[in-house]
Amino acid sequence: MDVQLLTYLFVGASFALYIGIAVWSRAGSTKEFYVAGGGVHPIANGAATAADWMSAASFISMAGIIAYSGYDASVYLMGWTGGYVLLAMLLAPYLRKFGKFTVPDFVGDRYYSSVARTVAVVCVIFISFTYVAGQMRGTGIVFARFLEVDVNVGVMIGMAIVFFYAVLGGMKGVTYTQVAQYCVLIFAFLVPAVFLSIMMTGHVLPQTGFGGTLVDAQGNDTGVYLLHKLDQVVTDLGFREYTEGSKSTIDVFFITAALMCGTAGLPHVIVRFFTVPTVRDARISAGWALFFIALLYTTAPAVGAFARVNLIETVNETAYEELPGWFYNWENTGLIGWVDKNGDGIIQMRGGDPFVGKPSYEARQPVREHAESMASVC
Amino acid sequence: MKEANAKAYWAANIKLIMGYLVVWFVVSYGCGILLVDVLNNIHFFGFKLGFWFAQQGAIYFFLALIIMYARSMNKLDERFDVHEQ
Repeated sequence: MDVQLLTYLFVGASFALYIGIAVWSRAGSTKEFYVAGGGVHPIANGAATAADWMSAASFISMAGIIAYSGYDASVYLMGWTGGYVLLAMLLAPYLRKFGKFTVPDFVGDRYYSSVARTVAVVCVIFISFTYVAGQMRGTGIVFARFLEVDVNVGVMIGMAIVFFYAVLGGMKGVTYTQVAQYCVLIFAFLVPAVFLSIMMTGHVLPQTGFGGTLVDAQGNDTGVYLLHKLDQVVTDLGFREYTEGSKSTIDVFFITAALMCGTAGLPHVIVRFFTVPTVRDARISAGWALFFIALLYTTAPAVGAFARVNLIETVNETAYEELPGWFYNWENTGLIGWVDKNGDGIIQMRGGDPFVGKPSYEARQPVREHAESMASVC
Repeated sequence: MKEANAKAYWAANIKLIMGYLVVWFVVSYGCGILLVDVLNNIHFFGFKLGFWFAQQGAIYFFLALIIMYARSMNKLDERFDVHEQ
């Protein structure tokens, strides 16, 4: 079976599952539509929150940006998870206690003002719209890659599918679909991470493999720490050290703070706390949600480091014709690019400013120019 | 609930949250950002300690905080008899 067929099979099966769940759990009342009847188990709600909260950005791009920028990408790891802590401690339980469905309801009643309520509605719409725009772009990219269509067509297809199960099932359908999504998502993320970790460091857990020593092809311990080797290799190639930042402390501090505040205000995560029976359950489900989130968020930086080592070892000083197949696919989808500046047909990966413009890859006979810099953007 | 009782509950609530938020600040902004260069001189398994806090440790601490918060708040609710039946 070829990869294309397997992809269709897996993606088709997941969508069949999601739509099946939506049909099975379709909403029968207003309360079911908005807050799933308030009867979701805390663990299920935790998984749904985690799937809701980790979306296109965490799943598709985060490990890539960590691989590319090392310590600098810590702002996303700390910012998004730290913001969740604020949300779970300072906002969610109180809104839940208040007993209404939405933040504008709370603002309107608390300040006895329908003007305040309207302002809150406008804010929520603005936040949701911005957020959905990003998510839909991610969906579009996935569908574009999967069905080999244009990104805009991909966005349309994604919207149609989400519309179908959201309208049918409301919050109840979405909750159980999200639980299934979390299972699919974490399985898809952890399996390659675990095998990469075993191959590179002999550790089963990527979280410990990240700080472990590298093993050679025969599985013998080389005694060299992964991160130490990575720092050395990237500095040799003229990049900055992987474990050191390039931004000033004040930038890192405030970017993290901004990401935390933004995360604490995510409307679709806040509403999740209304779908459990009691405040007590809301708090327990917050714990489960962060557990499910942490599984992915502690694995992603390990995947980032493994990927960076792997990318350099595979691509650097390799002749273009001898590269593995994914490289050509990535070129075609615009994820990677190189220019053969010294005309030797071998890729030299070095730090420096990225080149301008899109290189051409026609018929796998690229313009032979030297790769002064190589930007791998996921 | 009586006025005095409500005040005592709220005070206990604030005190609890402040404690957790101090830890929250120290592990992320403290160890992961402000003190990262100092902590990077310390080696923790194969990691530089500051880097570990920024990319792994802070998240583990956050998880522990949320779990402890849920437990202690649920206990507090019961002690002041404001828990839902």
